[in-house]
Amino acid sequence: MSTSTRTTHVLNRRKFLAWSGAGAVALAGGGIGIAEIAARTRTDPLPTGTGVLVVLTLYGGNDGLNTVVPAADSAYQNARPDLAYRPEEVLDLGGGLGLNPGMTGLKKHWDNRRLAIVHGVGYPRPDRSHFRSMGIWHTASPESQSTSGWIGRWLDTAAGVTPDPLLAASLDPVLPPMLVGTRTAAVGLPLTGLTLPGGVAGSAFAGLGAGSAGEHELQAAAAAAVADLHRTVRTIGPVTARDGDAAAGGAAAGSAAARAGGRKARSTLAAQLDAVAGCIELGVPTRVYSVSLGGFDTHAGERATQQQLLTEVDTAVSPFLDRMATSDRGRGATMLVYSEFGRRVAANANEGTDHGTASPVFVAGAAVQGGFVGEQPDLTDLDDGDLVATTDFRDVYATLLAGVLGTDPERVLGAGRSVLPLFAT
Amino acid sequence: MVRRLLQRVGLGPRPGEVDAATRAGFEATLARLTAPSGPDAGIAATPPPDVTPSRARGAARRDPAVRRQTRDEGRELTVWWLDRMAAADQPFPERLAFFWHGHFATSLRKVRSAGLMLRQNATFRALGGGDFRLLARAMVVDPAMLVWLDGTGNRVGKPNENLAREFMELFTLGIGRYTEDDVRAGARALTGWGIDANGDPTFSARAHDPGPVAVLGTTAALDAPAFVDLLLEQPASARHLAGRVWTRFVADPAPDAAALDPLMAAYGPGRDVTALVRAAARSPMFADASGVLVRQPVEWLVGGLRAVRAKASDLPPRALDTGLTGMGQVPFAPPDVGGWPAGRPWLSTTAALARLGLAKEVASVGDLSPVTDVAAGSRVDAAADLLGLPGWTDRTRAALAPLTNDPGRLVALAMAAPENTVSA
Repeated sequence: MSTSTRTTHVLNRRKFLAWSGAGAVALAGGGIGIAEIAARTRTDPLPTGTGVLVVLTLYGGNDGLNTVVPAADSAYQNARPDLAYRPEEVLDLGGGLGLNPGMTGLKKHWDNRRLAIVHGVGYPRPDRSHFRSMGIWHTASPESQSTSGWIGRWLDTAAGVTPDPLLAASLDPVLPPMLVGTRTAAVGLPLTGLTLPGGVAGSAFAGLGAGSAGEHELQAAAAAAVADLHRTVRTIGPVTARDGDAAAGGAAAGSAAARAGGRKARSTLAAQLDAVAGCIELGVPTRVYSVSLGGFDTHAGERATQQQLLTEVDTAVSPFLDRMATSDRGRGATMLVYSEFGRRVAANANEGTDHGTASPVFVAGAAVQGGFVGEQPDLTDLDDGDLVATTDFRDVYATLLAGVLGTDPERVLGAGRSVLPLFAT
Repeated sequence: MVRRLLQRVGLGPRPGEVDAATRAGFEATLARLTAPSGPDAGIAATPPPDVTPSRARGAARRDPAVRRQTRDEGRELTVWWLDRMAAADQPFPERLAFFWHGHFATSLRKVRSAGLMLRQNATFRALGGGDFRLLARAMVVDPAMLVWLDGTGNRVGKPNENLAREFMELFTLGIGRYTEDDVRAGARALTGWGIDANGDPTFSARAHDPGPVAVLGTTAALDAPAFVDLLLEQPASARHLAGRVWTRFVADPAPDAAALDPLMAAYGPGRDVTALVRAAARSPMFADASGVLVRQPVEWLVGGLRAVRAKASDLPPRALDTGLTGMGQVPFAPPDVGGWPAGRPWLSTTAALARLGLAKEVASVGDLSPVTDVAAGSRVDAAADLLGLPGWTDRTRAALAPLTNDPGRLVALAMAAPENTVSA
């Protein structure tokens, strides 16, 4: 596939990230809705069973073939002899496929039919640039230039006339493009305890968040970020302070313990999901949470690195799913795990793989119908060394928009999308 | 727009510098900033740390003591560079080095060697302002870059495409200016490079693919420098670089093609990076009120340190670490080879909180005398002067007014104000 024949996309990571940012200016000005939102969480929290979507992005291009492994397929074994897992090494999923051995927790959820695996997810005319592909997954716009993320577009209209940034939250310090819309963008939840200054300094800081007539939009956005921060703290402060302090204290205590007794310190992803779990249980009005893990760009020395990362994913995600299963609010949560592209079928010379195309996507939660969805790509019918996608990623999004967020997918993704059998109707 | 020069071409004004630059005028200030000469006492007082020159090999890599040392050296390196940026009497070479660090974005987290990162950093400084070709040729075989983009595993018969792809996509031409075939051929041209025990790049003809290969319409037996030269001959490369400079020095929204023409003309056949930056500073948009940039967290921090004559090493290490991580930018650790974002993504609620925390730390170790030495009633204005800002909006003035009897808090909140978060 030749990138020069594609319609020119100016989208590169930097331009792509230069967007409308944190918070609508409208909210920064008069504090409309601040008191209401805080009150809502206390007196009228998110109704039990309301769908909440948790999106886990694996950055770098996770190797799908070594995640959901066709170990019995000789084409797989022959293409990457030094990288391939043998059938007895993987966790059996049935149908000749096995899960990477690092994912014992998710295997249990598979057995309990709470994990769905969608085969061969990608898009037409795949792009092997990290940033272009990531941009495509974030904007859900493979064919045309877009400067808004798919959750961002949902956010633009989800609350009605005035967008409510609090409906979506990111646990990463820099907002991912997925969460930036044309009118607003999601809030950020810092992990380490949300404590704002009190007293005179506190009022001063809050004062910096007010609007100022005629100031440049970027300067106004800086003020809006302060306003949104205060709103977030009022609403969610107690939850993240509890879990965040546990994360911060736990990480320090954990590494001390690790030195003493050999236990591994808790990962940031686990801490992110802890904070998300706490928010969901509290009934915070947020409907979409975004967490992430990087490091999947395994051009060299792949097998050990990837298994370690997938173990880290499993160690964070599996207990999160267990915890969500124990409460009514938690049972409304559905998790999506994806990466921006897969990797080539054949290994390269450095026991790694180069950027590829289609890859499996995981959807898990109490409301999910477990099992395989879609068609496993054919390893004997490759496109220039790459798997051919059998499911369009926008159909995964459409299913989640409809099934979890109760939104008409067309408003976010345009016409022509199909809904996949991920949820019982 | 002298203030913008001091903020964007320099690293933020020190007390008194805005007045002096205003008197000297725009052109004189631009000339002085971009043609540093003579000894730099601040730089001389901040020598680089003594770190292991190369990268651990084999079993040593898994040794916990070696890993600990690598991590510690990485922290030392980060604090050192921030100290150097804060101390430099002539900040332009550091400003450029930081620009190149974001362009040829390489992360310590994968390279795992402070020595190799320092070496790359020194190359940015030495070659960052002259002919871009020299810098690009150095970068394609830079040891940290080779580790980062798997160049050392790229051998004849078994090519690894990572370095060739990112060199074309991000470093020189931009997306869509080359084909997948060009990437594959480029990978072959870059085969044969490794790193020796001293951390120097080494070339093995045996491991190099003799070609010939076809890249961008030229078929030849290409090696690394010839590959780079070929990329830089493409007209797209000047435009790509000019666009990058525009985003970091001039304005957030992408410019019209015509706006970049003067920059490309100044860059010229000699590929003069300093001339390119000067042309950017002379563009009409640089002088336009709408040409506002969001300051990157490191720029914001260094600006604050310079204003209060403090060093990064004066700050409690944990607070510095938490602050930079919370704001989303740790030197030597860009999130990926695309570098750091620009504009609004920096303005998250998380970053706002981290910025305030770090501002308090800076204010508590800095020299606040320009504020404490004046009467309480004038301190809000003095805080703006201290930070090199023209003044405050009524909003910020009202927020700061109650703090005049607490200069430490006043300066901290001033640093965290929207007017200081952007370069307006």
